[in-house]
Amino acid sequence: MRTNFRLASSAAILVCFFWCHNGAAQESHIGKLVGKAKRGKDLYQRYCVFCHGPHGDGTGESAPYLDPKPRDFTKAVFKCRSTPSGTLPLDSDLYDTISRGIHASGMPSWKPLLRQERADLVAYIKTFSSAFQEEKPGEPVPIPPEPPSSPESVQRGAELFQSMNCWSCHGKDGRGHGPSAATLTDSKGYPITPFDFTSGSRFKCGDSDREMFRDLVTGLDGTPMPSFATAMNSDQRWDVVHYIRTLNAPKKTRAEGKNESKGQ
Amino acid sequence: MAALKKIGMHLLVLGSILAAVQPAYSIPAFARKYGLPCSACHEAWPMLNNFGQTFKDNGYQLGNGRDAPIYQEPAYWPIMFRTTPQWHRENNNRQAVDSVPGNATSAQVEASVTTSGFDLAGVDMIAAGTLYNNISMFVQPFIGNSNFSLNQAWARLDNLAGSHWLNLKAGKFELDELISQERLLTLNNTGGVYYNYFFTPPGDRNSFSGIGFPQLGVELLGHSNNDHTRYSVAVVSSNNGGTGLPTNQTYDVYANFTKAFEAPWLGRQQFGAYGYFGEAPTFYQTSGGNPITGTGTGNRSFYRAGAYGHWYAGSKFDFYTFYMHGYDNVYLGNAVPSNQPFNLPAGAVGPVWNGGFVEGHYNPNPRFILTGRYELVRMSREANPAIRRDAGNLDTWTAGYRWYPIMSPRAGFAWIQEYSRIINTGAAPLSGKDDIRNSLLMGFDFDF
Repeated sequence: MRTNFRLASSAAILVCFFWCHNGAAQESHIGKLVGKAKRGKDLYQRYCVFCHGPHGDGTGESAPYLDPKPRDFTKAVFKCRSTPSGTLPLDSDLYDTISRGIHASGMPSWKPLLRQERADLVAYIKTFSSAFQEEKPGEPVPIPPEPPSSPESVQRGAELFQSMNCWSCHGKDGRGHGPSAATLTDSKGYPITPFDFTSGSRFKCGDSDREMFRDLVTGLDGTPMPSFATAMNSDQRWDVVHYIRTLNAPKKTRAEGKNESKGQ
Repeated sequence: MAALKKIGMHLLVLGSILAAVQPAYSIPAFARKYGLPCSACHEAWPMLNNFGQTFKDNGYQLGNGRDAPIYQEPAYWPIMFRTTPQWHRENNNRQAVDSVPGNATSAQVEASVTTSGFDLAGVDMIAAGTLYNNISMFVQPFIGNSNFSLNQAWARLDNLAGSHWLNLKAGKFELDELISQERLLTLNNTGGVYYNYFFTPPGDRNSFSGIGFPQLGVELLGHSNNDHTRYSVAVVSSNNGGTGLPTNQTYDVYANFTKAFEAPWLGRQQFGAYGYFGEAPTFYQTSGGNPITGTGTGNRSFYRAGAYGHWYAGSKFDFYTFYMHGYDNVYLGNAVPSNQPFNLPAGAVGPVWNGGFVEGHYNPNPRFILTGRYELVRMSREANPAIRRDAGNLDTWTAGYRWYPIMSPRAGFAWIQEYSRIINTGAAPLSGKDDIRNSLLMGFDFDF
């Protein structure tokens, strides 16, 4: 009798462990918002499936016609993160990407969806990869206060742009046609174009100086853009940000600027 | 008897409006351009969801840096076609017919008349999209069974001064209606229209159909980034959307304001208010007794105003509520030229009425939607005291579903079934009893 009780208890604990563990992966947490994968599945079928595919592997019906290709969620590799290179993103990183969209790609801003709906989508997207059940997201990278831009800072940034070989992809004048540009591919082997800083186009992962700084730390996983977390210190990264701003600051609409200041 | 004749005329006008109402649309050209399915922008096409409404308010732009035509393949052509092969059955319980068929001199009697068979609703063509970043356009010719018309044609300057709050449109366009006549889910003869949008009381000479039909003019529209706050103001010619300046030279004003918020557990809740204030002529300059086109004069005022809401109860069920209050000047209401006040009936006043509808949608998945609507109009003051107090009252019930077995970023295909019934109080042409019409429709609705 006692053996049966022990067996039952162990089974219950085991079931509870797997249920809780799996259950956590079926949810997303963005501030006070709790997203549910079950609800997110319906939304995914409505809004996302034609590009990202029913299995989240980026092979939806529209995928062959899109450039760049839709993200393959099964790889759990994401460009826009606040976490170190090679780690999983925070739920809020995925939420921000859904809200902001990826400029110059087929991914629009889904801000017209409710906040709850976007949180539900994050929860569902995480179900495509077991990584979200097996690992924890990385710790967000620290972003120190931005020092004021100055001619000296810009000059130092220009020198770093050369010495760190940024120019080999982005070009000496930042136009995105460096000597390596034509050979670049993403992690799935698709050709990828370095960003043209002079275009005035919006950056993929956000336009603020803080976001540019963050991108230098985290890199854009799945692309040839590496992390400069160890190659540069914080002051140097701010210098590079200040230099890039001089190439051609992105033209933001008033509405976008207002939203950024509100932190939406 | 004169009152009955007026009611008959009213029915004729209403009938001609219904006959002219064209099918609503969705636009696969946009789906092709962006690789998105119909369901991204439509709760169930043609009904827009908030993402689609925001896309529309942004000037058919996603804002992802791929909106200008230069990013499209040269072969891309922003055009779509839509038509609805169908079978339908129409019944009118009290239609005036000759007692001896074929003999025009025989006495007229009221009889139930039924027609049925396979049919087509005409073909909608839409060319729409962007001419350049922040310049959008829309051209919609309509090929009817016996006519060709230009339903809409406009261009819009989007995001003026870099702001979502300033968008200027000019041309012939649908007024900013959150509950859109152009995106009605039902297409049948009786239930394919929001009656409140077109309503004028019995005997009224105001040919107003401004809220339901595209109008000619300019519009200033603005919205927040997520479209939760919207406004629009339009100034349109008092020509009821007719080209060639057919009526008169005055202008009407339409204004609309919408606000939305996110309710926990329920979803988006949206409400708004609108008003249409205009003038219509009571007589024309004449030549040899015949009206000269565009010379309408003796203008008298009218207005339509009210409020509406779009309420979600979870992700699968939502409903519209709509209210309208209407008023026409006494000369319009009695079809009397304003230079002939002595022809006004004794006790004549401007007609006043109230109306509204509730429309529910059950949308368990993007491929199916069930819809039902109840709409009514209640006269609160007749223009002519001789007319029975409830003449012009309407009650309509409509139910149907749309099933989309095919939904892709290339085309849309739906199977539809609908039933609708309308009761026009006191509108039978001879007896003055209630006129009741029933409509049953089923068929394919597709666009590509």
